[in-house]
Amino acid sequence: MKSLEELRAIREKMQGQIGLRNEHTDQIRVVVGMATCGIASGARPVLTALSDAVQSKGLSNVTVTQTGCIGLCQYEPIVEVIEPGKDKVTYIKMTPEKALEVVDQHLIKGHIIKKYTIAEVIG
Amino acid sequence: METVNIKINGIQVEAPVGSTILEAAKLAHIDIPTLCFLKEINEIGACRMCVVEVKGARSLVASCVYPIRDGMEVWTNTPKVLSSRKKTLELILSDHDRKCLSCVRSGKCELQKLCNDLNVENELLYEGARTHYEIDESAPHMYRDNNKCILCRRCSAVCAKVQGVGVIGANERGFSTTISCAFDLPLGETSCVSCGQCIAVCPTGALSEKDDTEEVFAALADPDKYVIVQTAPAVRAALGEEFGLPIGTNVQGKMVAALRRLGFDKVFDTDFAADLTIMEEANEFLDRVKNGGVLPLITSCSPGWIKYCEHYYPDMLDNLSSCKSPQQMFGAITKTYYAEKMKLDPEKIVMVSVMPCTAKKFEIGRSDENAADVPDVDISITTRELARMIERVGLNFNSLPEEDFDDPLGRSTGAAVIFGATGGVMEAALRTAVETLTGKDLPNPDFTEVRGTKGIKEATYHVAGMDINVAVASGLANARELLEQVKSGEKNYHFIEIMGCPGGCVNGGGQPKQPASVRNFTDIKALRAKALYTQDANMPLRKSHENPAIKQLYKEYLEKPGSHKAHEILHTTYVKRTVNQL
Amino acid sequence: MYRSHVLVCGGTGCTSSGSHRIVETLKTEIEKNGLKDEIAVVQTGCHGLCALGPIMIVYPGATFYSLVKEEDIPEIVSEHFLKGRIVTRLVYEETVTEEGIKSLSDTDFYKKQNRIALRNCGIINPENIDEYIATDGYEALGRVLTEYTPDQVIQTILDSGLRGRGGGGFPTGLKWKFAKGYDADQKYVCCNADEGDPGAFMDRSVLEGDPHVVLEAMTIAGFAIGASQGYIYVRAEYPIAVKRLQIAINQAREYGLLGKNIFNTGFNFDIDLRLGAGAFVCGEETALMTSIEGNRGEPRPRPPFPAEKGLFGKPTLLNNVETYANIPQIILHGADWFTSMGTEKSKGTKVFALGGKIHNTGLVEIPMGTTLREVVEEIGGGIPNGKRFKAAQTGGPSGGCIPAEHLDIPIDYDNLISIGSMMGSGGLIVMDEDNCMVDIAKFFLDFTVEESCGKCTPCRIGTKRLSEMLDKITKGNATLEDIDKMEELCYYIKENALCGLGQTAPNPVLSTLRYFRDEYIAHVVDKKCPAGVCKALLSYQIDPDKCKGCTLCSRICPNNAINGKVKEAHVIDQSKCLKCGACLEKCRFGAISKK
Repeated sequence: MKSLEELRAIREKMQGQIGLRNEHTDQIRVVVGMATCGIASGARPVLTALSDAVQSKGLSNVTVTQTGCIGLCQYEPIVEVIEPGKDKVTYIKMTPEKALEVVDQHLIKGHIIKKYTIAEVIG
Repeated sequence: METVNIKINGIQVEAPVGSTILEAAKLAHIDIPTLCFLKEINEIGACRMCVVEVKGARSLVASCVYPIRDGMEVWTNTPKVLSSRKKTLELILSDHDRKCLSCVRSGKCELQKLCNDLNVENELLYEGARTHYEIDESAPHMYRDNNKCILCRRCSAVCAKVQGVGVIGANERGFSTTISCAFDLPLGETSCVSCGQCIAVCPTGALSEKDDTEEVFAALADPDKYVIVQTAPAVRAALGEEFGLPIGTNVQGKMVAALRRLGFDKVFDTDFAADLTIMEEANEFLDRVKNGGVLPLITSCSPGWIKYCEHYYPDMLDNLSSCKSPQQMFGAITKTYYAEKMKLDPEKIVMVSVMPCTAKKFEIGRSDENAADVPDVDISITTRELARMIERVGLNFNSLPEEDFDDPLGRSTGAAVIFGATGGVMEAALRTAVETLTGKDLPNPDFTEVRGTKGIKEATYHVAGMDINVAVASGLANARELLEQVKSGEKNYHFIEIMGCPGGCVNGGGQPKQPASVRNFTDIKALRAKALYTQDANMPLRKSHENPAIKQLYKEYLEKPGSHKAHEILHTTYVKRTVNQL
Repeated sequence: MYRSHVLVCGGTGCTSSGSHRIVETLKTEIEKNGLKDEIAVVQTGCHGLCALGPIMIVYPGATFYSLVKEEDIPEIVSEHFLKGRIVTRLVYEETVTEEGIKSLSDTDFYKKQNRIALRNCGIINPENIDEYIATDGYEALGRVLTEYTPDQVIQTILDSGLRGRGGGGFPTGLKWKFAKGYDADQKYVCCNADEGDPGAFMDRSVLEGDPHVVLEAMTIAGFAIGASQGYIYVRAEYPIAVKRLQIAINQAREYGLLGKNIFNTGFNFDIDLRLGAGAFVCGEETALMTSIEGNRGEPRPRPPFPAEKGLFGKPTLLNNVETYANIPQIILHGADWFTSMGTEKSKGTKVFALGGKIHNTGLVEIPMGTTLREVVEEIGGGIPNGKRFKAAQTGGPSGGCIPAEHLDIPIDYDNLISIGSMMGSGGLIVMDEDNCMVDIAKFFLDFTVEESCGKCTPCRIGTKRLSEMLDKITKGNATLEDIDKMEELCYYIKENALCGLGQTAPNPVLSTLRYFRDEYIAHVVDKKCPAGVCKALLSYQIDPDKCKGCTLCSRICPNNAINGKVKEAHVIDQSKCLKCGACLEKCRFGAISKK
């Protein structure tokens, strides 16, 4: 170890992963439907992509988790973004690529990607 | 000297910086009682006898190890202090066998004296569970009776620190703590060298030499036996202490008188054999120097040192002089030359030696120590045992007349009497070797460089065109230090004298015991050595080769030093041993 | 990268209850469900709730599964890990609410805690230095080496008011200052990890759960006092701690956080382990150093203190594990942050090992000043079986018993001493009405008798005699004079013993005499043990009116002491009765009683 910078680089790399173990209640929760319906329509790669992206970008304020069947099986894979004090945003028919867009646009920059939300797609 | 001022019991005391409370109190004429404390050897504050009150301290402190600082206020005799010391004694007694009446230390026991001084009224006050131990009598020279042990650790400290042997120490813990050997081996199966320094420092009767006095009395009472006694040089410098005489009183004359009155047929002097040793050893040294023998030559007078060398430096046995020790030479000459001369049957001679040494009890049983096919020496007793014999038969030692040793084996020179002090053998050997090498009379026989109680001494003498490097070590830890320097090549000596006990034989393990209260403040070994050097200075003959009885011996019997016959009778061999091997 | 981390406690408690098998099964099931690349299984240190082990926490969400069994694993994996459906019936009941699962940190057990020394325990993988770095590990060391002078470090520790967590409560900063004050060619930093109080495992948890914090703090200390070598003296009976410490040392060396030229500052420091063979006395600082030197572990007189002449005769700084665990946090957050917690003279937090008659046995870290009542009733969940609180024992064999009247005293160093106990290393054993205080005193004293090194007279023989006197009391053979004699001996031992172990050995006796003297007198005068513990003073009786003659007691009695015919009242032969209590436990009619 030759410098604090070197140490901090390791920390930043690791913090995303450890951030997963955060228990703060002011977290942004990203929930992926992982019931049989979700899994069948490809929710797992979506979940993995989200989780990886959040960790690699060090988004320690974001928790990626899964949930059971929401009841909208035909729109799976479904991803919900729940921010404290804000309305829930539900993205449907997600793919890993779309999920990454959600991370970049929504989770990092705060712009909801309207075109993927349930309101937009069904509405 | 930088000093600090403290108050002890309200009285101002000025003491050197770095003193302990115990030392400062001594300056204020207060003797604080101690049990475990041995200056520079056992400074562990374990027994708690010496507790005192110090202003501001959370609890009582052990004065033996507590350093003084400026302005300190100490009380050594408050009710709390006195009752604490008394309780400590009462607790010790609750796990002690309390068999004072039959104890070898009775009357001279440090524990007994303290109990008396501190008014212990009820030795059963804290009666409870007791530890019970078998007496270890496996070693040839001593008993360990742990039922009398108070766990002061003086023995193990001396064994490890002073002698560098360390075969005894604390085993188990708490109430079951006991002093014994590694793996609870019997002492006789360890690499104990029989030096007896542990006995010398034991405050109670837990450690004692094997008592052979009854055997001596039996021999004296046997009309078929011819009982001859020899006394080592150091004995005369210490025996008087057992009868209340000041340390360093030479009691040679009274000792001879006492031995005669005990009934020995002849009272001879080991000093004769010391002169003989010089003849043989000086010859061996010159032979090795001239003919490229193994150097350095190391003396072989001290059986503790010999056993140590066999256990710990088995690769250096060739450095040892092949000469038997004076005790053994004396026995060998008595049972060959003297027996032939006096027409005595060697089988009927009982050779008794009085030695300052417990290792001598081991030495008499060594192999290759039987010139007349019977043991050279039959019984070896310590100075302490001789004192007990004198007491037992009711001799009033201090009023005995001064008498002389018998002829011819009672004759000796000043060179022999200094064998009892560290450096003495070296000096005696130098007196003879220098005269032999130069062929000239040595006007001043004093080699003061090798005198004194320092643990390691060295000197270089320029003799007959060559430099002779000599070294002297006493105490086996010092011996180890010296030998390591020799082995590493750091030091280059021609001749080394090693004595097992610190200060040499005057401080041997068989000498009268002085309590720690004396040892801690008096250089016993220096006082006793002084008695021997004074005797040397006053003797008409001071070089071994001038001893007429020795000259006669070579003329009548041995031919010359190092002759075939001399080798048969006066020289021995050594064995390689291991360290505490299971 | 993993989307979910499953933390399984690998502390000694959970390891004993089989957590290593849980880990194996978890890995198999995860593999089976094809989740190998998504779910990470992480072994952590202790979470504190040892009574509930094996425990397992699933992140994200911090779902807390307790008392996990191997057969539950497939369900947890397929339901929770794969489908995200928490298996509520296996979740720690305290976290289950009507609104769903609440966070562990909101339970009574954790709510009042403030985890500083234990902050990483149960959160990170102790065998992975990167995880320690991720939680700010080695940041304090880096800052100290690049931005501080040794004096500034010491000043920060002084200002923090941190006191030794090993028991004595000596100000840590002062200790560092003294050690720095002596010049020498070599100095040492030692860590006392020879935790030995019965029932205490605070330090073990730190070593097992967060070993790097000790290494980091020791290195900081080395910089502050000018030492280049450290030793951790850890008991060999802590195999997991030893293993993780060694892994941590290896990793730190690999990263250059130990060794030469740390953080390119020219500062060198290394640490080695020394294993203790289990002697309690080796927790005493001078005995510990004597043991490291390779000798029989026995205390030596002080002065000289270790700061002047310690290990190998060189100036030495010695702190215990928990003390070190506070250091990096104090450096990172500042002395003011630390002094904001605690009481006037005791700052920060203290870890306690809760044991005895209490619901939540385990490990807790509370701010100094928390009351004993909060610890027992709220964090500890109270006394089981509706029994009444009688006393709490703190300070282990050197401490004392605190009676109910002092339940509201705020816990800190000085308060505990003022009521005749002491902080000690943090053992806290709760006793209820079924505990006999004479018996408790004897228990602790016997521990000291067993662990006395045997060097000094007062401890070697004095404690043995004390124990015999207590034995006499519990057998009903003592007189009131014996109590006085015993008390006198207690004060003698306190005043005269060589080391702290001996000097404090009588404390359990003295504190119970102080608060529960009437119990002693009941044993002596009435020949009764009020709590019904001391066997010699109690007898089992069968009430003939209640006995139905079912013969059950007579059949289970191990010594055939109960006789009687079927359907007739049975009788206990008192001369044969072993007082084991088996009959009392088995009688279905409440006919047997203990008097």
